[in-house]
Amino acid sequence: MTEHFEPEIVAFCCHYCAYGAADLAGSMRLNYPANVKIVKLPCTGKVDIIYLLKAFEDGADGAYVAGCLEGNCHFIDGNIKAKRRVARAKKLLDEIGIGGERLEMFNMSASMGPRFAEVAREMTERVRGLGPSPLRK
Amino acid sequence: MIIAEQKPIQEIKAMIAGYQKVLIVGCDTCVTICMAGGRKEVGIIASCLRMALQIDRKKPQLIEDCIQRQCEWEFVDTLKDKVDGVDAILSSACGVGVQALAERFPNKPVYPALNTTFMGMPNEHGLWVENCRGCGNCGLGRFGGICPIARCSKGLLNGPCGGSQNGKCEVSKEMDCGWQLIYGRLKTLNQLDQLEDILLPKDWSTDRDKGQRKMFRGDVYYEQTV
Repeated sequence: MTEHFEPEIVAFCCHYCAYGAADLAGSMRLNYPANVKIVKLPCTGKVDIIYLLKAFEDGADGAYVAGCLEGNCHFIDGNIKAKRRVARAKKLLDEIGIGGERLEMFNMSASMGPRFAEVAREMTERVRGLGPSPLRK
Repeated sequence: MIIAEQKPIQEIKAMIAGYQKVLIVGCDTCVTICMAGGRKEVGIIASCLRMALQIDRKKPQLIEDCIQRQCEWEFVDTLKDKVDGVDAILSSACGVGVQALAERFPNKPVYPALNTTFMGMPNEHGLWVENCRGCGNCGLGRFGGICPIARCSKGLLNGPCGGSQNGKCEVSKEMDCGWQLIYGRLKTLNQLDQLEDILLPKDWSTDRDKGQRKMFRGDVYYEQTV
């Protein structure tokens, strides 16, 4: 069954980096899985734990937060805050029984179009391997 | 303020698993400041519970609410209409709040979502420390404003024990020796001579050894007539 499973993945992308990288990936005609649905944020510092939980509650099989490279946040340390929140949300997902490995934090710059596509593929493969979210079974 | 932390989701889930409609009530005072049980945390707890229960094929209705203070009747009473329609209440407040809800709504089971840990303060953002044990007989004036009851692991009153090493307590290398702090503070204040007075065993009758403590003040106490 998992062979044909197409996961739904939500990517919370920072306007200043990952969203730009996604745009660049498109301009470069790079393929990345259509499973990834992007939510644009002004900064990953805007990510709240409830956003991540709601993504799963509303049916996502996986989610990731993509922020600026560490030290390069447009708002100084929004990406560091996001990293900590992602870590706590992973623990909560483990406790719930969904599994923290379905959530991840990535860092990239706006010029890293190929990396954006790579991350999208990496997460899609990871979640495809994990199978559907326990909530959808 | 009262410091608390959220219970593990599975523990909370086990408490409310048998109910169809549960009201989750947060408290906007102490537990909001220590980021354990305020409006925002109620949302997180509810979301986690919905998912955890859905995995068990259960879909209870979880109603989220938050009141200013769960330890005062006037705020607790505002919940009455909502409480009437639910099977159980999950209180995301300190133990005082949980008990206030239980007393006000005697026909509804009330469960705690938090573990109430201690009285303290946020020393840094995200780091809370216990500074008061509520012994009922404050001696902070004798100790340079640093409490040996709460901050010395043994609660010693006449100086440190032999476990004080380089300013740290033998219980943990992370823990300051309370008596080292007291000595440093009294030295700064030029009040080291205070340490020459030997204190007799503390009168613990004001502590909780005699059971639940009550405080009465005649000038503000009005016997309820209704």
